[in-house]
Amino acid sequence: MNPQQIANEAASLSDRAALLAEHARQLAETAAPVAAAAEPFLLMLTIFLMACFVGYYVVWNVTPALHSPLMGVTNAISSVIVVGAILATGLAESVAAQIFGFIGVTLASVNIFGGFLVTRRMLSMFKKKGS
Amino acid sequence: MGQTLSTLAYLVASVLFIMALRGLSNPETSRQGVLYGMIGMGIAILATLLRPGMGAGGIVLVLAGLAIGGTIGTVVAQRIQMTSLPQLVAAFHSLVGMAAVFVAAAAFYSPESFGIGFAGNIKAASLVEMSLGLAIGAITFSGSVIAFAKLDGRMSGSPIIFKGQHMLNAALGALLLVLVIAFVATGSPILFWLIALLSFALGFLLIVPIGGADMPVVVSMLNSYSGWAAAGIGFTIGNLLLIVTGALVGASGAILSYIMCKGMNRSIINVLLGGFGTTGGEAGPGAGNADRAPVKAGSPEDAAYIMKNAQKIIIVPGYGMAVAQAQQVVREMADLLKKEGAEISYAIHPVAGRMPGHMNVLLAEANVPYDEVHELEEINAEFADADVAYVIGANDVTNPAAKTDKTSAIYGMPILDVERAKTVFFVKRGMASGYAGVDNELFFRPNTMMLFGDAKKVTQQIVQSLQK
Repeated sequence: MNPQQIANEAASLSDRAALLAEHARQLAETAAPVAAAAEPFLLMLTIFLMACFVGYYVVWNVTPALHSPLMGVTNAISSVIVVGAILATGLAESVAAQIFGFIGVTLASVNIFGGFLVTRRMLSMFKKKGS
Repeated sequence: MGQTLSTLAYLVASVLFIMALRGLSNPETSRQGVLYGMIGMGIAILATLLRPGMGAGGIVLVLAGLAIGGTIGTVVAQRIQMTSLPQLVAAFHSLVGMAAVFVAAAAFYSPESFGIGFAGNIKAASLVEMSLGLAIGAITFSGSVIAFAKLDGRMSGSPIIFKGQHMLNAALGALLLVLVIAFVATGSPILFWLIALLSFALGFLLIVPIGGADMPVVVSMLNSYSGWAAAGIGFTIGNLLLIVTGALVGASGAILSYIMCKGMNRSIINVLLGGFGTTGGEAGPGAGNADRAPVKAGSPEDAAYIMKNAQKIIIVPGYGMAVAQAQQVVREMADLLKKEGAEISYAIHPVAGRMPGHMNVLLAEANVPYDEVHELEEINAEFADADVAYVIGANDVTNPAAKTDKTSAIYGMPILDVERAKTVFFVKRGMASGYAGVDNELFFRPNTMMLFGDAKKVTQQIVQSLQK
């Protein structure tokens, strides 16, 4: 194989590579919106299900004596919904959305402070024999 | 703080929340668990406030909301009596539900803030998630309000049942589904608010038929709902912290509901359909049951005398003790009996009280050491060699009909075997049956002595005669 032939081969190869690349790009373009729409949801769903399992295994062995404090704490942390309310208050351009956000922040804050504090109060009462 | 940083902060917060739940599994680590939860919440709030694009006016509003809500929450948490814990928790659940409704509304009117589209042109997937978060939030709110009213005695604890109730609920459920589909197709604000209204109605109708005895299940179930509402909103606004936390809380509440149902040997469906305990009889001391042996009523002095000579005493507290606020004086009685050389322990049925673990908190409040307090499985075998079982404000959970009478409403429910103790004292106001509406044959047994009267007064009188 002389250098001329090799050069020709290389040139045609690079042409085919370019063609393939163009194909791939086109495919990617059509696939991207589909993937973009599906992926965040699937990702969220995956994380959601994993978290359900984590919750299940972590809570399953809680001693019955602590059921009330557990409820107090879960109640307080479910008010993490305040994050959504804060974003609405701070980022929204519509006044209605800001008002909704503000009310959301206020309601959730009652719960955050009340939930954690009442749980602390409950737990401060639990004492061992002799202590 | 950039997007990546705030996402990282949310991850840290999620981990801290998991550690908080983990810490709550043991009395030794529980206080640390609460601390983890508080730190996690602090991180989540700070990270959100520091996100780019937060307007100064918005931040001021947020801080105002935090201050107002925080003050109310703090004051309430400090003032609330431990007896009223169940209604407080129900009220808190309603707030989470309502907050979810407002966040869903904010996302609907300002979708660009959450990157889910533009006003009037929101992605269909986001509309589905939004209606889910909205509906669960609204159901949690109105359901919790009813639970609160029932627990707080603002409405009757007895189930409210009418003809065609389940049909109505099913029809409304179907209508809700239709509304959601129409909402996703059109994105109309009217449909948004209709979904909210219908969900409020559904939450109300779902809890109304459930009776007082099933309140531990209802409270746990609403606890679970509040978690699912948070997760639904997390899906709506694409926030992983909300999704993770919502799932944790949802799972935790579901487990508690399951444990409560098992404690009554009922299925969750059976509880949800409601109507349990509608035939509650009211009767004065000794009335009715003429065909049976008369009950043996005793005086507090008799009880004091018998207990003074007892070696092993098991106290069985129920909701009646909480209502009478008798936990403190029960502990005083126990202290005096310990001085007489008796061994005291407490037996708690899983569904004693109006929320899971309520009795344990009340006893802890009265300074009863938690290692004297035992669960049903731990202590049930010990009744056989106990001299005295002191049942105060509990009824159904001691009823042997649960083991023997297949026709009884409480058949199959695990019960505390108090009848195996040498002497059983029942502190009760009258002969009325318990919440389940079932007569307790134990009252008529020869080794049972009824102490009629208010739980606190009777126990006080026992304390006085013990001091003599």
